[in-house]
Amino acid sequence: MIVRIMGEGQYDLADGHVDALNHLDARIEKAVEDGDEESFRAGLDELLAAIRVAGRVLPDDSLLDSDLMLPPADATLEEVRELLGDEGLIPG
Amino acid sequence: MSLMKRVSLIFRAKADKALDRAEDPRETLDYSYKRQLELLSKVRRGVADVATSRKRVELQVAQLQQQADKLTAQAQKALSMGREDLAREALTRKSALASQLSDLEAQRAQLQGEEEKLTLASQRLQAKVESFRTQKETIKAKYTAAEAQTRINEAFSGISEEMGDVGMAVQRAEDKTAQMQARAGAIDELIASGALDDASAINRGDDISRELEAMSSEHDVESELAALKAGVSGGSAPQALEAADTTPPAQVEAARVADQQPEEGQR
Repeated sequence: MIVRIMGEGQYDLADGHVDALNHLDARIEKAVEDGDEESFRAGLDELLAAIRVAGRVLPDDSLLDSDLMLPPADATLEEVRELLGDEGLIPG
Repeated sequence: MSLMKRVSLIFRAKADKALDRAEDPRETLDYSYKRQLELLSKVRRGVADVATSRKRVELQVAQLQQQADKLTAQAQKALSMGREDLAREALTRKSALASQLSDLEAQRAQLQGEEEKLTLASQRLQAKVESFRTQKETIKAKYTAAEAQTRINEAFSGISEEMGDVGMAVQRAEDKTAQMQARAGAIDELIASGALDDASAINRGDDISRELEAMSSEHDVESELAALKAGVSGGSAPQALEAADTTPPAQVEAARVADQQPEEGQR
């Protein structure tokens, strides 16, 4: 599965790894909904770090689509809200 | 649905919308390639802009550091003349500069981080654009319009995602840089207005400098006097140094010593 960390690049991750990261993903999502900046920051840092360790960086000239995308490492909670934009915060 | 999934769906929808499809999909390839090159030069301009901002902040850091160094030197000089009050004043002003310096240093580090990120983004985009160009030429040479569609979609989705990401990265860097430029502008104005000069005495005769200079000639007399006294009696030098605090008419004292030691005193 290919995951993009925005502003950073794409990583190729084994499906098993992605499953293991789901709890972190859920934690960040909840933090965004609650407006909990601290928990959001910690969760995002942890998730991105885990992806960098577990994933293989795709070569620069690859034109593959990402299956999942994550906000940039220095994104604020507010920016992530904007990113989700029209979709709002209602889980689809 | 997970955050990762939602972000990717929204992002893809935006990227797709940004791509105008032409009648003949092969024309879309050329159109998109043109847009890619435009974005590439935009990213490069972004890198240059951030670098310019970083250099400006570095210059300010150097200016303030110079002022801080000068205040340290003044404090040392004041202390050597026994003027602890002046030394304290110089150090107080220096500590006010220190907080500004650490703020600027943080800005410099942030700008450098942005510069590095954008440089990498520009390298990634360039590699992908080059890869897209190769595929584009292959597709145009080998396939009819109808056949080309699937291949084109494949090539497009990867590059449009990258373009969306890079476009956003440039925008964020521009926003951050604009904020910092406003602050850098304020500090430039402060430096130009002389407000910081007054506080730190760079190249100007501020109050600390004036007082130190005024004391300097007096101090020369006093130290020479002390040396003479030491030569005569060997014990009164410290008192002569302390006398600088109360600024007695040094000439009187000098004259008195000169009377005792006429030849030495005229040296």
